[in-house]
Amino acid sequence: MINLREKKALLTGASGGIGKAVARELIAAGANVCLTGRNEEELLKLQNELGDNADIIIADLSDHANIISLVKEAEEKLGGIDILVNNAGITKDNIFLRMSDEEWNDVIDINLNSTFKMTKAVIRGMVKRRYGRIINITSVIGVAGMAGQSNYSASKAAIIGMSKSLAQEVGSRSITVNCIAPGFIETNMTAGLSEARKEEILKSIVVKRLGLPEDVSGAVSYLASDSASYITGQTIHINGGMLMI
Amino acid sequence: MSDTLEKVQAIVVEHLGVEAEKVSASASFIEDLGADSLDTVELVMAFEEEFGIEIPDDAAESILSVGDAISFIDSVKK
Ligand SMILES: NC(=O)c1ccc[n+]([C@@H]2O[C@H](COP(=O)([O-])OP(=O)(O)OC[C@H]3O[C@@H](n4cnc5c(N)ncnc54)[C@H](OP(=O)(O)O)[C@@H]3O)[C@@H](O)[C@H]2O)c1
Repeated sequence: MINLREKKALLTGASGGIGKAVARELIAAGANVCLTGRNEEELLKLQNELGDNADIIIADLSDHANIISLVKEAEEKLGGIDILVNNAGITKDNIFLRMSDEEWNDVIDINLNSTFKMTKAVIRGMVKRRYGRIINITSVIGVAGMAGQSNYSASKAAIIGMSKSLAQEVGSRSITVNCIAPGFIETNMTAGLSEARKEEILKSIVVKRLGLPEDVSGAVSYLASDSASYITGQTIHINGGMLMI
Repeated sequence: MSDTLEKVQAIVVEHLGVEAEKVSASASFIEDLGADSLDTVELVMAFEEEFGIEIPDDAAESILSVGDAISFIDSVKK
């Protein structure tokens, strides 16, 4: 049984498909969790469901100043942050030859830059308290690539590289930094894909089904737990065997 | 000045576990006192807390010795 009692977690993208499952998992393991996203309605619903150990903070991660105040508020509400889950992410697909600067920059900004800024804002407190768990949600696409997603794959691969460097810098302070790379998970992010495309993806998935948010969330609480203190700089792939590394 | 020196010395002694007499104004955190680069960040955070000041990253990067820390702290505390 994973025990996160007394642990304080900040989770981005909590209003999304994977985020909600992660929030439920962390709360079930006993953590106090600050949930953030832009969609207030979704977050309020989730908070109602999860009860007193869940707080919400509305913040748009595209604005640097918001990130600073978000982390400050979360630290005040929780009394420090032990666990940071960088889960917010977007796609803006286009073939490379047509990809606009805006599509490129938006995806890099939300996926990669916000992960850097969130982590930078949180890690000082972790260094001071000599404990921390940083968990970054990347993607199979960051490792395998995907036509039409050069911006997304660049952002996710970059997070993996960043995590390895940071893990080396802060390991001596009992802070671990890891990534989880989901494959195809049924959420809003993938809801727009055509049935034909889904069928095609399914062919490459060894366990013959699409993934659910709950397939991902268990790994988050495991990496957040004390049982995972010897795992750092790693990427856990959760993709039904779609890619084997 | 001597007040700042004393407080800085105490922080460095506590944080790096070195003897007080080694913490002279000219002592370099990394070369003389055995700090690693993360220790220097932590020292700067401890100075910020002790003296109630903010040390921006670019200034922090130039604080390499006990003397550097003292002169920076005294310059903003004025
Ligand atoms: N679904 C998959 O197949 C899959 C596969 C691999 C990796 N992933 C990764 O898993 C993570 C979660 O994705 P998901 O599938 O759960 O997608 P989702 O349901 O679309 O959720 C995305 C989350 O990101 C948040 N977000 C987006 N832009 C934001 C902004 N500017 N400021 C603050 N929050 C923002 C959204 O919050 P608001 O709507 O409240 O702003 C939402 O909570 C992402 O990093 C994604 O890349 C997903």
